[in-house]
Amino acid sequence: MTFVVFCLVIISCKNDDDEIICCQQPIVTDVTFTFSHNWDDNDVNSSDFNTTQYTNANGEILTISKIRYLLSHFELVNTNGNSFPLTGYNLIDLSNPDSFTFNTTIADGIVYPGLYTLKFNYGFNEEDNIDGAYPDLNSASWNWPTMLGGGYHFLQFDGMFNVNTTAPSPFNYHNGTAKISDGVFEQNFVSFEFFPEIVIEPNSSIEIKMDLSEFFKNPIVWDLNTYNTSLMPNYDAQKMMQQNVGSVFSIGQITQE
Amino acid sequence: MKKWLVYSILCICLSCSNEPTDADTDMYVPTPSPLQIPELFENLIIPPVIPINNPQTVDGISLGKKLFFDPILSANNSQACASCHNPQNAFTDNAKFSIGIDGIAGNRNSMPLFNMAWNYDELFFWDGHAFSLEHQALEPVTNPIEMHNTWNVVVSRLQESTEYPELFRKAFGNVPITKELATKAIAQFERTLISANSKFDRYLLGEAVLTPEEENGLNVFMDENRGDCFHCHGNPNNPLWTDNIFHNNGLDATFSDLGLGQVSGDPADNGKFKSPSLRNLAFTAPFMHDGRFNTLDEVINHYSEGLVYSPTIDPLMKKVDEGGVHLTPQDKSDLKAFLLSLSDPSFINNPDFQMP
Ligand code: HEC
Ligand code: HEC
Repeated sequence: MTFVVFCLVIISCKNDDDEIICCQQPIVTDVTFTFSHNWDDNDVNSSDFNTTQYTNANGEILTISKIRYLLSHFELVNTNGNSFPLTGYNLIDLSNPDSFTFNTTIADGIVYPGLYTLKFNYGFNEEDNIDGAYPDLNSASWNWPTMLGGGYHFLQFDGMFNVNTTAPSPFNYHNGTAKISDGVFEQNFVSFEFFPEIVIEPNSSIEIKMDLSEFFKNPIVWDLNTYNTSLMPNYDAQKMMQQNVGSVFSIGQITQE
Repeated sequence: MKKWLVYSILCICLSCSNEPTDADTDMYVPTPSPLQIPELFENLIIPPVIPINNPQTVDGISLGKKLFFDPILSANNSQACASCHNPQNAFTDNAKFSIGIDGIAGNRNSMPLFNMAWNYDELFFWDGHAFSLEHQALEPVTNPIEMHNTWNVVVSRLQESTEYPELFRKAFGNVPITKELATKAIAQFERTLISANSKFDRYLLGEAVLTPEEENGLNVFMDENRGDCFHCHGNPNNPLWTDNIFHNNGLDATFSDLGLGQVSGDPADNGKFKSPSLRNLAFTAPFMHDGRFNTLDEVINHYSEGLVYSPTIDPLMKKVDEGGVHLTPQDKSDLKAFLLSLSDPSFINNPDFQMP
């Protein structure tokens, strides 16, 4: 009992002049990610929607009206190969700047400052991709139809192409679980791992850049005249998207506040 | 190092000041009446929006209900909120354009009222021009083509009435009647208008079975090759059956009503209106912001073959050059059967929501 009281006294004395100066190594409890979007290095934000025209690798001229995407399973791996998962997932919506900042905690508590490899998943892996399990994503109507394997969208990218002609046409570049045949599905997320390692300190902020032009370019030059709408039930389109996502993300600025 | 002692004494003193004193006795605390959140909503979607400065209370809700049904709000005492928001029509009316007290029709179809606490962005009206239910409720009273009154008149009528001063006192304590309190009460009542007991809800809870037609209709709704309605109108995991977001769903080539564009001033928003919930369609005809369609068949035909291109059309409206995806007659009638399974007769007949 005396011991407990003693502790309390120490804590309540924290503001006193004779505060104990801590000599611990600094620790990292959380990391902030910021998300930025560009088309071949030109910034894209919602004020470009429906107006700014972009030319894709196949030569179609298009405008964008909506982009949302899901990143999950952020992880830091230290130079010894030990992995430290970060909490949660983030649904980024280009029309909602609040979603461009994602502050997340180290799931097991802390890591020490140092060099780490950053990993995350585009979309949800099979274990996380549980139909209806996330109320915030349900409320955002982010669901992927059960008949296509259920769970959630990974990407919703909508716009119009051939906007330079008299007959602009819609495209719905939506990505999620791929359906092989009725009741048979194939996972379709992408795991990213970024080299070289980055320095993580207390209050680190890491920019994740998305280059939208890559969706149409690398490795598959996307032909919107063939693949434009109703791509969700289209197995080939789903797998081609998965391939093209591979070059969309990169790490930008890293700041330590 | 003995400061903690001082702190403790201070703490004791602080807690002393929480004891009731004479000055505090007029701090009236009405009885809370938290929203009864339906099981499906609880399981599937994030909690409703209740402003911290307007908690749900027993007396607030019952005052709001009385006000909602009372023509005292309109200039000539002829029209209540309920005149254009009738419980039997899931709180809309069956006119293309509602008629105000001076016999003048507006240019928009009245909107059904339910599950509004789950409109997370709190943007109300077809074009989203009112933020929050409390603010929304200020407008019909003074709108010249609706109740055509002034709040000063309303407030003095309420003050002079034999019943209202006591009802306001019970709901909010000993404070003067104001338009802010009146709309707070109305908003509390509106938040209780919850619809979550359609056949489809019961199917999701394992308490009802869909017919083969309804089941195929759901598949049409969820199939990107056919209806593709779910990107804007919810899905079995989003039982609101709306995204509460603004879209141009291909009704017109040019706009006499700019919708969201009028509010935002951005031409890229022209012709965009809020997706309505697809609950209770059995009671809410006519449809769309201007009530242009009298039946669900007309609505389905619009999406199937009546789409019209305009520069702000939502890219989810496919095959616009062909008017739409051309659903088969079977898919159309099954889609309709499914849509009707989202209607909730227990909502329109809920005794708590009828004229007091
Ligand atoms: C004359 C008919 C009329 C009267 C009276 C009327 N309303 Fe309405 N109400 C409408 C119409 C029409 C709209 C849609 C108007 C628009 O979008 O511009 C509407 C929209 C609304 C909405 C928006 C719903 C949503 O989901 O965005 C709410 C809430 C509402 N009314 C509540 C009320 C309340 C409360 C009253 C009484 C104080 C009232 N109304 C009186 C016709 C009326
Ligand atoms: C791009 C988003 C979008 C898609 C996809 C969509 N809708 Fe809509 N829906 C809307 C909007 C926005 C409105 C209101 C438009 C207006 O009034 O101007 C609407 C209105 C309606 C209405 C009228 C409801 C009322 O209360 O007036 C019905 C019924 C409806 N949609 C059913 C469907 C069906 C069935 C499908 C699939 C075949 C579908 N919608 C696809 C956005 C969409």
